[in-house]
Amino acid sequence: MAAITLHNVTLGYQRHPAVHHLSGSFASGSMTAIVGPNGSGKSTLLKGITGFLRPMEGSIDRGGLQAHQIAYLPQRLEVDRSFPITVLDTVLLGLWQEIGMFGGVNRTLWQRAAKALSTVGLGGLESRGINELSGGQFQRVMFARMSLQNAPVLIFDEPFNAIDQQTVLDLMAVIRRWHEEGRTLLIVVHDLVLVREFFPQALLLAREPVTWGKTSEVLTEEHLLQSRTMAQAWDRAAAICRQEPL
Amino acid sequence: MRHALAACLALALGCGPVGMLLVLRRMSLMGDALSHAVLPGAAIGFLVSGLSLYSMTIGGVIVGLMVALIAGAVSRYTSLREDASFAALYLVSIAVGVLIISVRGTNIDLIHVLFGTILAVDDPALILVASITTLTLFTLALIYRPLMVECFDPDFLRSVGGHGAAMHFMFLVLVVLNLVAGFTALGTLMAVGMLMLPAASAHFWGYHFWSASLIAVLIALFSGYCGLLLSFYGDLPSGPSIILVAGGCYLFSMLFGRKGGLLSRVQRGPHLTG
Repeated sequence: MAAITLHNVTLGYQRHPAVHHLSGSFASGSMTAIVGPNGSGKSTLLKGITGFLRPMEGSIDRGGLQAHQIAYLPQRLEVDRSFPITVLDTVLLGLWQEIGMFGGVNRTLWQRAAKALSTVGLGGLESRGINELSGGQFQRVMFARMSLQNAPVLIFDEPFNAIDQQTVLDLMAVIRRWHEEGRTLLIVVHDLVLVREFFPQALLLAREPVTWGKTSEVLTEEHLLQSRTMAQAWDRAAAICRQEPL
Repeated sequence: MRHALAACLALALGCGPVGMLLVLRRMSLMGDALSHAVLPGAAIGFLVSGLSLYSMTIGGVIVGLMVALIAGAVSRYTSLREDASFAALYLVSIAVGVLIISVRGTNIDLIHVLFGTILAVDDPALILVASITTLTLFTLALIYRPLMVECFDPDFLRSVGGHGAAMHFMFLVLVVLNLVAGFTALGTLMAVGMLMLPAASAHFWGYHFWSASLIAVLIALFSGYCGLLLSFYGDLPSGPSIILVAGGCYLFSMLFGRKGGLLSRVQRGPHLTG
């Protein structure tokens, strides 16, 4: 069964495609690494799947999932980390579906948040401000918040950028537990060693889709070379695309 | 004089938290732009019925909100950033405002609108300011959580379906309302001072949103009180007096503030063990 199916999807900005005619599906319970050079459309694809960006062509079938059932962790630079909010309050936001805009937080919810924090190795830091945390600790907080969201589909945009090895391994353990629980995972990763070791599925993008399938078959020298030779920038004089769907 | 004091008190209560949010959202200049955008509205109100509080207020609110909406739409749907679109619109609106007033009124009228006459605040004006403050505090209490998340992690709010754009707009409405409240007392040019200066000062003291807001309210109260006394006994214009006292508080906070003030950088003390 497919959790998310892409039908000839083209996504982009100002009529220029960043993801060009991509078709395929993320099976329910699958764990897929999305790989490709900078500018190859990885983040754009994720924004399309979360519904932040509308396809210029084609459609994305989320299999009846509601928007809040897709948990999304954007790249870290899009979060204001100087904001005066405590670690515990940040994690509690993961319970948004239960507390909503106005609901109160009772003791049980408070304990769940504290437990989520200790699962990612940050027990005891509840009352710290997020501006006191290191990059790795902050990412752990984001993971704790996501675990409370309890979403069937989880999407991560470069969660391991500028994160130390130990934190990556700890967070990978959290991700594998989500995988074992049968959740669908889409993760943008640059570290190919990590992808080969942990990810059963991979999608290689280079604006045009290169390959999609079992990791060992996707990450071949030939395919990687192909992805590196992608066009580095928009063609300003590009003609209108009239490619028929396959 | 008692009216003026009460008006300042009410103004301080609303402006503290709203100003704090402006600072946190890096929208300080937008507050400035909006305060100028209130001018043509007030001018149109003035054109219709002279120096009447209600028509100028209503005019100010309508035009202020229009400018906020247009600027928001421009930045959302074109490639121009929000700060630039606000700057463009406020320059146009202040020119329109000054033009309207100078066509019909005298220079004295213009001075009144630009710099306010807090010592002339009467019962209706006081009720207006107090109502706006009440509305501000209730609204902030109601939308506190989504507004905070919208400031800190807008993508998350969007992914859980939290109506970030609506929160942003409601916040802009509050800014405009508080500017209009400030404008009756301090004039359009000075109104934003009551929003920004106490909040900017409080930033040097408070570690949480609520504590910083409280400090901002206290600073605004202090500025209003001292500024009024200064203007009353020294026979000085009230708006600039109040804002200058607030400016003094800002200077003091900048020097001695415990959170990143200048002095806290110089006197570091020996380093700790961990």
